[in-house]
Amino acid sequence: MALDQSFVGRTYPATEPYEVGREKIREFAEAIGDTNPVYTDPEAAKALGHPDVIAPPTFVFSVTYRAAGAVVNDPQLGLDYSRVVHGDQKFAYARPVRAGDRLSVVSTIESIKSLAGNDVLSVRGDVRDEHGEHVVTAHTTLVARAAEEA
Amino acid sequence: MAARISYDEVEIGTELPARSFPVTRADLVRYAGASGDFNPIHWNEKFAKEVGLPDVIAHGMFTMAEAGRVVTDWVGDPGAVAEYGVRFTRPVVVPNDDKGAVIEVTAKVAAKDDEHRTVRVDLVVKSEGQKVLGMSRAVVRLA
Repeated sequence: MALDQSFVGRTYPATEPYEVGREKIREFAEAIGDTNPVYTDPEAAKALGHPDVIAPPTFVFSVTYRAAGAVVNDPQLGLDYSRVVHGDQKFAYARPVRAGDRLSVVSTIESIKSLAGNDVLSVRGDVRDEHGEHVVTAHTTLVARAAEEA
Repeated sequence: MAARISYDEVEIGTELPARSFPVTRADLVRYAGASGDFNPIHWNEKFAKEVGLPDVIAHGMFTMAEAGRVVTDWVGDPGAVAEYGVRFTRPVVVPNDDKGAVIEVTAKVAAKDDEHRTVRVDLVVKSEGQKVLGMSRAVVRLA
C-alpha cells in the first residue's frame, strides 16, 4: 500500500548528541582500509588546517542513518523495513566531521513517491555541532520494494 | 582546507589515478562493526539467499567509501570534499573465499566552477565489469 503523502515535510526532533571520538574515526578508517594520516594523526590533521583528526567523508552516515531510524520506524508511517534497500546517498559538507564534535541530527521527510509499486522515501538529515553550526546535510533515499504476490 | 591540487592545473577531462579495492567477507564484518550496520545480508549467506540475493553483498556505504578514496587521495585533504553523492544500482556480491570481490574505480573532472574554485569529479565504479554505483559525483574545493 502506498505511503501517506501527508508525511512529506514532517520533521523529527533533534537526536541526542553523538560524540565523535578519535578512536572511532580510526576504527572506521581502518575498516575501509584508508591510511590517510589526517584520520589518525592530530599533527597531520593540523598541518592541513584542521583542529583535530577528521573523519572520512562517509563516516557521518552512521550518525544520520541512526537518526533516520526515527522515520523508518515511525509506526504511523508504516514502512515495511524488511523490504527496504538503500537507493541513493548524498552528503553536502559545510566542513568535515572531526574528533570532539557532538553531532545532533534533525531528520525531515523530503518526498514520498510510488514507483512501480515500490515506495521511495527521501529523508534529509541536517547535522549540527554542539554550537548549532551546520556541519553536513545527508540526503538518503530508501526504497521499500513492493511485496511479491504469495 | 589544504588541497594538494591547484584549481588552475586541472582541466575538464583530467583523469584521476584509477584504483582497485579488494573486499572480502572479513572486510565486511569489520565494516559492520565500525559503521554499526549489522544487516545480515552483509555477513549471513543463508539470510541473504532467503531474501533473494545471490550471496552476501557489500554494504553500499562501504562501496561508496572505497570509491571516495580515489577523490580524497587525489586531493590530499579529505576536508576539501564539498559534496559527494551516489546511486546504488547493483550490489557487489562477495563470495566466501580468500579473494572476495574487487571494486574498480575510475574518475575524471567533468566540470569546473571558477567562482567557487571547485571541480566536479564523476566516478565510474564497477565490479565484475558491471556498474555498481550510478550518478557517482564529488564536488571538491581546490587550492
